[in-house]
Amino acid sequence: MLRTIGVDTIEKLFESIPSQWRLDRPLDLPPPAPEQNLVAHLRDLSRRNLDPDESVSFLGAGAYRHFIPAVVDHLLSRSEFYSSYTPYQPEVSQGTLQAIFEFQTLICQLASLDVANASLYDGASALAEGILLAHRARRRRRVVALETVHPEYLQTSRTLVSAPGMEIETIPAREDGAADLRRVAAALDGDTAALVVQQPNFLGRIEEIEPLAEAAHAAGALLVVVVAEAVSLGLLKGPGEQGADVVLGEAQSFGIPLSFGGPYLGFMAVRSEHLRDLPGRLVGQARDSQGRTGYVLTLATREQHIRREKATSNICTNEGLCALAASIFLATVGKRGLRELAEQNRCRAEYARESLSSLPGCRLPHPGPLFNEFVLEFPREALPVHGALLKKGIVAGLPLSRYFPDRKRNVLLCFTELSSRLQIDRLVKALREAL
Amino acid sequence: MTDKQAAYPTDRHYTREHEWIAVQGGVGTVGITYYAQSELGDVVFVELPEKGQALVAGEEFGTIESVKAVSEVYAPVSGEVLEGNPSLREHPEKVNSDPYGEGWLLKVRIGSPKELEGLLSAEQYHAFVEEEAN
Repeated sequence: MLRTIGVDTIEKLFESIPSQWRLDRPLDLPPPAPEQNLVAHLRDLSRRNLDPDESVSFLGAGAYRHFIPAVVDHLLSRSEFYSSYTPYQPEVSQGTLQAIFEFQTLICQLASLDVANASLYDGASALAEGILLAHRARRRRRVVALETVHPEYLQTSRTLVSAPGMEIETIPAREDGAADLRRVAAALDGDTAALVVQQPNFLGRIEEIEPLAEAAHAAGALLVVVVAEAVSLGLLKGPGEQGADVVLGEAQSFGIPLSFGGPYLGFMAVRSEHLRDLPGRLVGQARDSQGRTGYVLTLATREQHIRREKATSNICTNEGLCALAASIFLATVGKRGLRELAEQNRCRAEYARESLSSLPGCRLPHPGPLFNEFVLEFPREALPVHGALLKKGIVAGLPLSRYFPDRKRNVLLCFTELSSRLQIDRLVKALREAL
Repeated sequence: MTDKQAAYPTDRHYTREHEWIAVQGGVGTVGITYYAQSELGDVVFVELPEKGQALVAGEEFGTIESVKAVSEVYAPVSGEVLEGNPSLREHPEKVNSDPYGEGWLLKVRIGSPKELEGLLSAEQYHAFVEEEAN
């Protein structure tokens, strides 16, 4: 191959990479192994994983375990959908384009907003894109975010929005876990492009959106509402109805497995006045020359293949297959089904909250309305307790010290329709023994 | 009035980026030229700055989207935006049908009238277009 391309040595091929960026030693790898040994080794490694289907897991915090009806995978794995790459030519891709159009429609209905894009990579990058949208719309460089937005979403956004010179300031929550309206209002100024709030917030608490929208709008900023647990939209009012200008987040909960954290499904919906600032692909319904309904990519002039470096965003793709899974999932459960599903989540979390808060020494630092997650405070450090339960095959939520060093006694617990009463009672019993 | 005359009215200044500015008092009305709109094709959307925004001569202040391209428009002079043409939101095609009249883009309070001296006359702009077309 080197001869064909006219290079003498492999070193010469990499010459254009500055020497300080080149590894000056061989890779630190074990010697080559026969394929069957390697497979056996990888199998051993994979046994160290705790399979949520084989254990009792109350882990949420941005990745949610929900039941996936068989029809989702069945339709998804049809080769017309599964094997097609960037299927955007209208003359050959009406099925995919129609599915994306339906996904956009469903997201608009859930968010109570006018227009949604064809999806984004995940919730974290969707937030970064939402902040950049606010920057384009308002030409301001500051962002005020509640500290109760998912810490990883904030971290990703900080990385992505620092290049155009934007800054994100975080505001601590009130004692009860909800947004501190007075501190938020004081932080908003004439250079603030957006106020960012998560609903329900990272601590599981449901926020009051209207006053936050009023505060943001009074300062001329957009209100960006982040939804990390999309099933909550089956029960909560669409944030657009409460004054949100941008609703974005993670729709993994709609028919997409946990899969070690990806691929997931970012989404974004906006008011129609921000249509041309919306990043990524957008499918529209159109008519052909004979008056028949058809689907095409629309407003592509915002995108890179036409506008190059002046494009609205550098997102020029979408999570097509995951968006399809979400559309099939939502069409399968239906409007009433989604509401019932959301109700089940809330009821199980309520039951667990009641049972767990009566454990000796345990308390709820943030009482108040919840969806399917809440914070529980142990009488002592959470990590050893968490570790003890792990040995019994129980994942007792997420120890919050991972993100908040002063929350050493706190765990964030999640309860979905898959958390049976039996499992919850097992958790209560195991905790009683461990504490 | 012949088509040629219509294409280069003499009561205004021109830029090499194909904008025009007509001055009355301290206020300039800005648009794009007949030649620019004919090169762009059917205009479908015009994005303009908000009232009060500062313009810097030679810097981009908005975009014009046609069925085949998106182009930036550049400020002929520095100043402050007094208003964008409100009728373009519903009728962007006016940029094509009447580029020197109803298809105007912005009204600007001119910051430094001296900058007008650096712009092209109708005759100079005409010559510039001929040259560019060849």
